[in-house]
Amino acid sequence: METLMAFVVGVLYATAIYMILRRSIVKLVIGLVLLSNAANLLLFTSAGMTRGAPPLVPQGATVPAGVVADPLAQALILTAIVIGFGVLAFAVVLIRRAYEVVQADDMNQMKDTDT
Amino acid sequence: MSSSLSLTVALPILIPLLSGALSVAGWRSLRVQRGVALLGTAALLVASILLLHATWQADFLVMEMGNWPAPFGIVLVSDLLGAIMVLLTGITGFATAVYSLSTINERYSRFGYYPLMHLLLAGVNGAFLTGDIFNLYVWFEVMLVASFALLILGGERAQMEGAIKYVTLNLVSSAMFLSAIGLLYGLVGTLNMADIAVKLGEVEDTGLVTVISMLFLVAFGIKAAAFPFFFWLPASYHTPQVAVSALFAGLLTKVGVYSLFRVFTLVFSAAEPLTHTLLLWTAGLTMLTGVLGAAAQFEFRRILSFHIISQIGYMLMGLALAPLSALALVGGIFYIMHHIIVKANLFLISGLVFCLRGSYDLKQLGGLYREKPLLAMLFLIPALSLAGLPPLSGFFAKYIVIRAGVETESWWLVGTALVVGLLTLYSMIKIWAEVFWKAQPEDVDLTPPQTGSLVPLYLTIAGLAALTVCVGLFAQPVFELAERAAEQLLNPSLYIDAVLGGRA
Repeated sequence: METLMAFVVGVLYATAIYMILRRSIVKLVIGLVLLSNAANLLLFTSAGMTRGAPPLVPQGATVPAGVVADPLAQALILTAIVIGFGVLAFAVVLIRRAYEVVQADDMNQMKDTDT
Repeated sequence: MSSSLSLTVALPILIPLLSGALSVAGWRSLRVQRGVALLGTAALLVASILLLHATWQADFLVMEMGNWPAPFGIVLVSDLLGAIMVLLTGITGFATAVYSLSTINERYSRFGYYPLMHLLLAGVNGAFLTGDIFNLYVWFEVMLVASFALLILGGERAQMEGAIKYVTLNLVSSAMFLSAIGLLYGLVGTLNMADIAVKLGEVEDTGLVTVISMLFLVAFGIKAAAFPFFFWLPASYHTPQVAVSALFAGLLTKVGVYSLFRVFTLVFSAAEPLTHTLLLWTAGLTMLTGVLGAAAQFEFRRILSFHIISQIGYMLMGLALAPLSALALVGGIFYIMHHIIVKANLFLISGLVFCLRGSYDLKQLGGLYREKPLLAMLFLIPALSLAGLPPLSGFFAKYIVIRAGVETESWWLVGTALVVGLLTLYSMIKIWAEVFWKAQPEDVDLTPPQTGSLVPLYLTIAGLAALTVCVGLFAQPVFELAERAAEQLLNPSLYIDAVLGGRA
């Protein structure tokens, strides 16, 4: 399972970088979305994919019984997804405004501030 | 630890969050928002002075959020470096709030300038104080989202174009940061930075550790605008309102530098020769490309933007030489203190020039020395300090870093640092000659923008200039402060013991 996920993460990163390198700003944003999802999935995979019970401690005990899944990694991803979602919403509005102002979705026409 | 002391650690984060919320409540009234901004940033300044004082006496202040003991809960840690950075944030925040009194009008406040400014300050302080690596990521994002919105306030074409580059590169850097955290968590199973430092010592797979440290180096390198990742900075920093530019110039890249200092002294200590060699090269090239970029520019704020990059190089030089000489790290910290005050001030001056003349283009400006001699003098102080002339703060900052370079016999880096110092002086003289000395060109027709009273602008600039002179004249106590902060960084076991309380 881990091997399969590793390949998925790799493909996601590769696609994301390809999309970011495109000239269209819409594809740029798609690339950023893929990139943040790739990072989330990497976090999920590298924390270990254990098939276990929920990490609940039975009454009277101090440690959970049996194999439990690591809840921390999932909490991290949940946070990262929420942050990524907020940033994505901003990016979408930004490219819309940029398109209105520049009248093009081509990165090559957005070089005024570069020289 | 008593609860009042731990509250001191949380206050620099809580105050801007609270004043941000109040500012949202007073959205309709510019007067209320200005009042909240002044009071809030003044309170932040007081809280940060208290924090530095308390940290100076106790060495480390640790607050366990929700009383979950480290390494299981999230901790806020204030060591001297963190406390110094928080104080600088307080100073910059207050200066910006005063400056905004007459430059931020109804139009910008309706788009939420003030709440975003408070949020930015909260994010920056959170990043300086957290002791948890994932929490650092979260604070980075808080700061970034606020900075995105501040950057495009006004919605002009240049701002949109600058923002796309700024947003893209910062998001790429965030994704790398998150990936690095993921790999690190998979390797050591903890997020507390002190605990990571302990557990990384026991890891046998050093190849993976090198990969993770490289990811951190690149992620923070992008945020700090180090060579070769700096392109977003000169493309965007000159586009927003000057008060925003000054806030960014003073604080944002320095959060990247701070994270590099923290991660490469605490988590990946000097045992990583590869990253430190890379840092050496990066430091030299950052200095050089930044200053050469500035030499080619004729826009006031773009020159200053490129100088941010070149100054970052000096700070990185301090970090890169740290394994060889403790003095280098002292120099790096001293440099950060000097740089934040001076750079924010120079941006504010460019804004005042714009208020008087209506242009940032050096070719269209002139004659300000004859007209406003006071402003000319106030410009000279931070400009000469940036170039490193005694007895101003920049002289000591450069002197310490270069002295450390001589001690460690890094001749190439010392040579680069000296040449870059000269070129910085050239850039500053260029601004002086074009904006202040030469006569106002007659064929240009400029209309100065409508602004309120210029008194708050002068007050801010004079205050920051006075601070620069003070750091220069009383360099000894500031040096001692930097020295103790560097000592703490060079002995990560102190930090680890303070956070984990000897449990490790």
